[in-house]
Amino acid sequence: MQKAVIQLDTLTCPSCALKIEGAIKSLDGINKESVSVLFNSSKVKVEFDESIVNVDVIGQAISKLGYDVLKTNVK
Amino acid sequence: MQKMIFKNKNRITLISGILIIIAFISHFGFKNELLFELLLIIASILGVLPIAIQAYQSLRVKVVSIDVLVTIAVIGAFLIQEYEESAIVTFLFLFGAYLEHRTLNKTRSAIKELISLAPETALKLMDTGGFEEVEIEDVDVNDILLVKTGSKVPVDGKVITGEGYVNQASITGESFPVHKLIGSMVFAGTILENGTLQIQADRVGEDTTFGKIIELVEEAQDSKSDAERFIDRFSKYYTPVVLLLALIVWLISRNIELAITILVLGCPGALVIGVPVSHVAGIGNGASHGILFKGSEVIQDFSKVDTIVFDKTGTLTIGNPEVSEVIAYTDNQEDVLTYLLSIEKESDHPLSKAIIQFVGERKVVDVNKTDVVKGGGIRAQIDGLDILVGNHSLMKRENVQLSQSMLEDIDRLEMKGNTIVLVSINRELQLLLGIKDQIRPNVKEDLIKLRKMGVKKLILLSGDNQTTVEIVAKELNLTDAYGNMLPEDKAHFIEQLKKKGEIVAFVGDGVNDSPSIALAHIGIAMGSGTDVAIETSNVVLMNSNFSRLVHALGLTKATTSNMIQNIVIAIGVVLFLLFNVFFSEWMNMSIGMLVHEGSILVVIMNGMRLLNYKLRR
Repeated sequence: MQKAVIQLDTLTCPSCALKIEGAIKSLDGINKESVSVLFNSSKVKVEFDESIVNVDVIGQAISKLGYDVLKTNVK
Repeated sequence: MQKMIFKNKNRITLISGILIIIAFISHFGFKNELLFELLLIIASILGVLPIAIQAYQSLRVKVVSIDVLVTIAVIGAFLIQEYEESAIVTFLFLFGAYLEHRTLNKTRSAIKELISLAPETALKLMDTGGFEEVEIEDVDVNDILLVKTGSKVPVDGKVITGEGYVNQASITGESFPVHKLIGSMVFAGTILENGTLQIQADRVGEDTTFGKIIELVEEAQDSKSDAERFIDRFSKYYTPVVLLLALIVWLISRNIELAITILVLGCPGALVIGVPVSHVAGIGNGASHGILFKGSEVIQDFSKVDTIVFDKTGTLTIGNPEVSEVIAYTDNQEDVLTYLLSIEKESDHPLSKAIIQFVGERKVVDVNKTDVVKGGGIRAQIDGLDILVGNHSLMKRENVQLSQSMLEDIDRLEMKGNTIVLVSINRELQLLLGIKDQIRPNVKEDLIKLRKMGVKKLILLSGDNQTTVEIVAKELNLTDAYGNMLPEDKAHFIEQLKKKGEIVAFVGDGVNDSPSIALAHIGIAMGSGTDVAIETSNVVLMNSNFSRLVHALGLTKATTSNMIQNIVIAIGVVLFLLFNVFFSEWMNMSIGMLVHEGSILVVIMNGMRLLNYKLRR
């Protein structure tokens, strides 16, 4: 399991957070429990199985919804 | 294509705004109906694109978002050829989103400022022997780093060469520069004001004290209170319900216009954004005043507090006892002071520190023998002299004769809140010292303010003796004061208060008081952001400035009422709109959207007021 912190451009509506959460959870290899979208700090925290999915795929899933990914940090 | 539309959302908003204006000019100015309709159709299609794409994306992940409601409404309006409505509604929705984005950034600015203090690069000693600038993520524990004058210390670490003065305001709130020498600890996010240091990294990134503070504040602003969780759950079902309601209205009345108007009016915007906006602004204001709240729940609890329990030493008092008065009953005071210093140097009692500090540097003599008398003081022998240093009861036990005037002196100093230390040689009293821990400046005024804000009980718990505790309590006009309390006694006491149904806050210095801090409804740590304090408490007052407590309480009250105002505004607006859609003639989709976006901006602006919250003096 790896843990990623993804910084997004400012989120403006709480339902955006719901959308992003839904999109990430629908990917394979994601620890669904761990997904948290922080509305005010516009950050996503997520744990994932690096043998199935990587942080770029997660980032793409988010930017496909129309939210810019500014910075990702994996450890 | 999608990306292009999102990227140019602001441009699309602007163009559709201009198109609408031209359309109305041609309508009223030139009576050109064809151009009017054509322009509005273009504006509608252009404007609905980004909204529709977002609606589609959210439906794909099974969320009925506001975009879905608006898209259906606009398409509906388009189908019944209400181009004026469809164009204006899409424009207002997009423009509103733009303004929300701008203003929301403002409410988050206080916390952004704090985060921007985090160091981003460091000068790291490379294998080649030179220093190179690297990203902060590339610094590991034990790396050697160079810090130049005027730059930020990048990590928590130890000085290995050089010296300088460091401004630690970002950690302690205290901006007076601290002198750092070889072996001193330095902290990430503090600023080297002069000198050059080489440091070895002990803790990096999120593990540094500053990193922990930032993480704490970030988590806090997104932690959800019960009210927020309720609203979240509510809005999940609310939008589908609105959709259903519109459908039912349409089926019954066969009036498409009414049905789509309901879709627009039903958008829950202000309600879902009002509460988080108040919180983030409140927490942001706290952070910029050196007050860290660990979440929104804490804000609500703290605003309702009715009992505040204080630790004495280091909280109400400065925690640094000093000799306040000395009375000599001998002509040979110099020798007595030399003996006293020699004896006290061997003790680690807190009062010894005060005495050593008071006597100052001087030559010491050999002490032949010392015995610690429990609960009394010290008995020592120097050059065949039998010397006693201790309290009144030690003197009584050892049959030291005290004259009437000596007893009066003791009483007088005790009444002033001094702890008494007596020195006798061969059973004759030589010296009387009064030692006092100063009450922090302005504490008295601050406590009065706390009472005015509705705190009913102010209680002091201390490990100090009952007399001293009572004197402090009297001076500060506290409700109750209990001395001789061990940390577990304090915790037990807090538990009793909680059982009585009181909402209890405990203010302590974080280390030895951590059981009480953890047990109280609101644990408040005063001090300089030590790890223990940050972890066990709910609120951290960053430097030991007592008046922050008053600001903190005032701020929680302001934040809580701000939140209630926002909820009232949001619900009020929805009720007002729904009422008018059924009972008035003038309500339509565009006005609904205007009022709706207006109410969102009103709650954001209202939340923003908290950023400027200050205590009225």
